[in-house]
Formats: sequence, structure tokens, C-alpha cells
Amino acid sequence: MEPVTTIETDASSNVIPYYSELPFYRKQIRIALKNCGIIDPKNINEYIARDGYSALSRALTELSPDDVITVMKDSGLRGRGGAGFSTGIKWEFCRRSRATPKFVICNADEGDPGAFMDRSILEGDPHSLIEGMTIAAYAIGAQEGYIYCRAEYPLAIAHIKNAIAQALEYGLLGENILGSNFSFHLYIKEGAGAFVCGEETALMASIEGRRGEPRPRPPFPAVSGLWYKPSNVNNVKSYAMTPQIVSKGAEWFNSIGTQKSPGTAIFALTGNINHTGLIEVPMGIPLREIIFDIGGGIPKGKQFKAVQTGGPLGGCLPASALDTPVDFDSLVEAGATMGSGGMIVVDEDTCMVDFARYFLTFASAESCGKCVPCRIGGQRLLEALTRITEGKGSPQDLEDIAYLSRNMREASLCALGQLTPGPVMAALRFFEEEYNAHIFEKRCPAKVCKGLITYTIIPEKCEGCMVCLRNCSSEAITGSKRMPHVIDIERCSRCGICATVCKFDAVMVE
Amino acid sequence: MPRLNNTQELATFRESLLAAQGAAAMRETIISIGMGTCGLAAGAGETYQAIQNELSKHNIQTRIKSVGCIGMCVNEPLVDIQLPGRPRVTYVNVTPARVSRIIAEHIIQGQVVQEWVLGKIPLDW
Repeated sequence: MEPVTTIETDASSNVIPYYSELPFYRKQIRIALKNCGIIDPKNINEYIARDGYSALSRALTELSPDDVITVMKDSGLRGRGGAGFSTGIKWEFCRRSRATPKFVICNADEGDPGAFMDRSILEGDPHSLIEGMTIAAYAIGAQEGYIYCRAEYPLAIAHIKNAIAQALEYGLLGENILGSNFSFHLYIKEGAGAFVCGEETALMASIEGRRGEPRPRPPFPAVSGLWYKPSNVNNVKSYAMTPQIVSKGAEWFNSIGTQKSPGTAIFALTGNINHTGLIEVPMGIPLREIIFDIGGGIPKGKQFKAVQTGGPLGGCLPASALDTPVDFDSLVEAGATMGSGGMIVVDEDTCMVDFARYFLTFASAESCGKCVPCRIGGQRLLEALTRITEGKGSPQDLEDIAYLSRNMREASLCALGQLTPGPVMAALRFFEEEYNAHIFEKRCPAKVCKGLITYTIIPEKCEGCMVCLRNCSSEAITGSKRMPHVIDIERCSRCGICATVCKFDAVMVE
Repeated sequence: MPRLNNTQELATFRESLLAAQGAAAMRETIISIGMGTCGLAAGAGETYQAIQNELSKHNIQTRIKSVGCIGMCVNEPLVDIQLPGRPRVTYVNVTPARVSRIIAEHIIQGQVVQEWVLGKIPLDW
């Protein structure tokens, strides 16, 4: 925004803090999110006014494609989709491929439960993606590009379509961009929402109109990608950061974050946390600062229990890992992954067996079925975990989980199968005693797993008000007015409504 | 809008946009409503309607723009009000019920409704 030169101050607006003074924003550095929430995403002029398309203009006039690649390599930007491979080196591979035409592809198939980083950029600042992709196309030597976005993001798709039309009209996209010899056309491919289509080879198969299934790599997309032509696939966030790296230089980007993970990380903070939201922080910030300073801690005075990073294919970390710096390598070392930027915080009332089972249910349902380790392994893993949550687990189940996980990790075709055991393995590593309680003591310490808990009414506390009786969904409570009620555990469905409605704290969960 | 045919035309165009924006910011009130998916899910659509109704009721001319997500999804719907030549102030949880007081006190009387304010957006953001 253009600084208004003569800001009048008055008594009332003086006491209002600046965003940069608020706990939520104080530790944030906004690069990819620079314009989100500030500009009108449907108006290209607002983007241009905030230096939009100046990086593209600089690249086309002052830099050769090789210069752009050098800047990207020197910046140290690592792919923000989660794998963390050097963006500059990836572009270089693609540039060196001889075959033509080449394609630039944006992976906007954000499918992790609880993640909305990419959606927010597409909705809030679509031109930053278009500019980043156009710069990538110039560097690589591509004339066509695709944005692969799931159809469940209608607003994001509408905004990106509108942005493409405006950029075409202004000559910032299409034929002879800014009067140069360089032309680039951008298309949108709406995906049907299969999680596996976030895997780059499955994504490209889907663009080609085939079933979204991965294939073995190599050959990598840089050699043989879309329609067997050299292709470059990056995540929304990587492209959205590109214009500012080209404008401000590799050194500037390098000065933010850590040596091996320069720049910023974007997270969607969700779960049991006070400030649910979207944040951009310098790499290397400790988890504790994200969760307690920016995120404002855990609601209702509950205790922090774990944080899941990397989505359903990532891993959880316990309170003892809260001082882990958030960057690609440290998170892997600690037992989780960076992933694309989902961050789910859970409190003491969460059962870590059930938590892992939730992600496993998701990942195994999303297996495309092409390779056996993922298709069958995920299913068997889920069955073992389900048995444990139902109180039917045995020590053999733990052995099976370890065996299945090892084989899935080594033998699955793509990252989906390889990483499906991740959440279970991480939970087992950090919360083994909770698994043991389920298996050996038939007890769910967090009182979540329905097969392992019973609800009883404490007669001394019960006033016989009949509220629980009327609210019970399974008609399992009997009793009469002013007489202590009784729960029939055979009929009880463990829904917990009685405990919620009881005003006298008379319902006990064990 | 004609095509921008070279770098110079883009730079000149940006200069003209900045000049126009700067002048407009001294002249008109700008209301920004967070209308990303998070805002809409929290009811920003109804808030938008309520703001339009309230403005026409008082016969006030302002610019209303919809913006994306600024990150504090927990406080949506977020509404920013920028009076001419003043900082851009953000209100939290702006349900239709909060609209009339914000417009009456902030826009008409120039007095910020402190209890619903989150903060003001720095100019260099």
C-alpha cells in the first residue's frame, strides 16, 4: 500500500496497537503472504501497485534464464510442497532437458486435512502465483503451464481464472509478455480431489486425462513429465515466493531462516489452539514459539499433548520436542516432517492411538490401489490399530505394525504409501505407554476409545433430575425423579451426552 | 486497459496507480472485508450485506473491497476501516449485529470502537 504521507493521529487511534506489535504477528515475516488480506485479489491494479510484476519485468529485461536459475539456486529456496528439494536445481534440470515443448506445473492439490495454506494464497493473492510461474517458465524455457487445483476450492479457482484473464489483458501473460519475445500461456486443470493427485506423477497423469495414479521415478518430470515432455512441478508457495526472491535477491532471502532452510515457512495452525489461523514464520523458529506465542497456547487451560506436522503423512511430536527448530532437517530428525504446512495441535484429552487411527483411515482410504504394499498394507495397518482402540489388541499387533510399516516404507511406489505409516510410527515412538495401556491394561488413558471406557452414575452425587435420562441417545439410563439413576452399560453407546448435560458432575468416565 | 508493451510502461503505470491510491486514501473511506473461504464460512457474506444496507441507510459513500485471508481466521469475519488519511483499523468477529455501531461511531463520528478492535495495519505491510 502506498504510504499516506500525512497521517493524522488522534487520541483514539493512537492506543490501537500495530499488527507488528500483536503477539500473533510479532514473530511473523510475511513473504508469500505479503498481500493476502491486504489487497483486493480480484483487482490486478492493487497487485501492481505493491510492486507486482516488477520481478517478471526485471527478469525479462535484465536477467538471462540462466541468471534467474542462479538467483534461485543461490537463494537456497527448497520446495515448499514438503520434499524440500532445491527449487533452483530442479529448474536447472528442466532447462537442460533437450526435448520441447516444456511445461511449468503448479501443484495446488492441497489435500491434507486441516491445511489451507495454498488455498489462502490462491484466494488472496493469485497474481503472485501467476508471476512466479511465468518467471519459472522463462527460466526453464516453457511456453505453457498448468495450475492443478482441486474442484473443492471454487473460490480459489474463480480468483485465479479472473487473475489470468486480467494478466492476459495487460500483456503480462500470453503472447510477447511486456513486448518481449517470451510467451507463456497458463491453464487451470480442476482435479476431482483425490489425495494421491498431489503426488507429481499422478498429478500429471490426471492432467493428461488418465486415472490419477503415480508411476515409478526416474525418469523424473524434468526429463519426462507431462505428455513425456520435460516438466517442472512446484507447490503454490514456492512459486509465490519466487517474484520477491528475483526482486530482492538471493542474499536477502538467505538472510531469513536457517543456513540449510532459508526463508520462511507457512503453516495452517489448527486443532486445540487459541489462535487458529495462517502464519508465515522464519525457518528455525522453535515449535514452542509457534504454538504458545503466535498460537496463543491451548484453550480452556488444558495441557499441550502433541503437535502433528506434515499432515496425514507426517508425524506427531510430544511436549519434550517443543524446542525443536522448525526447518526441513530438524523436524525429520525429531521424528516428524515439514510437509506442506499443516500443523495440528492436540491437548490432553486426545488419545494418541485414536489420533493415529484417524490419519491412517484417511491415508488408507486415499490409496490409489496401484501398488500392493500401500493398498493392502494400509488396510492391515488400520485393522491392527482399530483392534487396539477397541480393546482387542495384542502384543502381536505391535509387531505387525512394525513389520507392515517397514515394508510399506521400502516397497511402496510413491510417497503416499511410503509415508502412510508415519503417524503411527511417530505416535508409537513418543506415546508407547499409551499404546501399552490399550493393549495390556485395556484402558484408554485419555478416555476416548469407546471400547475401553464405561460411563457410570455416582449415586451420592445424582440428584435424580432426569436430564441425562431424557437426553440419552440409546435409552440406556433408568431411574425416577429424585432417585439416583443407573446406566445400563450393555445399552450405552458411550456418546458422552449424559456427562455433558449433568449439572451435578455425577457421571463418571473410566 | 491497453496492453503494457514494455518495462517502462509497467513502471509508469505503477506510478500512476500509486498516485491515484494515495490521493484516494486522503479523500475516501475504504472498508475492506475478509472474504476468503474462512471469512465466508464465518459469515462475511452477511456482514457485507449488512454493511451495504447500513451505509445506504445513512447515505454514506465509501469504497468497499473484499480481500483474502490475513491469517487470523479465528477472528473472522474481519473488517478493516480506513478513514481518509487515517490508519487502516481492523475489527474482529464483525457479525451483522456489530455493523451499525461500528459505522455510527467510527465512520460517522470518527471514534474507534475500542473493544472490538484488533489492531491497525502498518503502512509498510
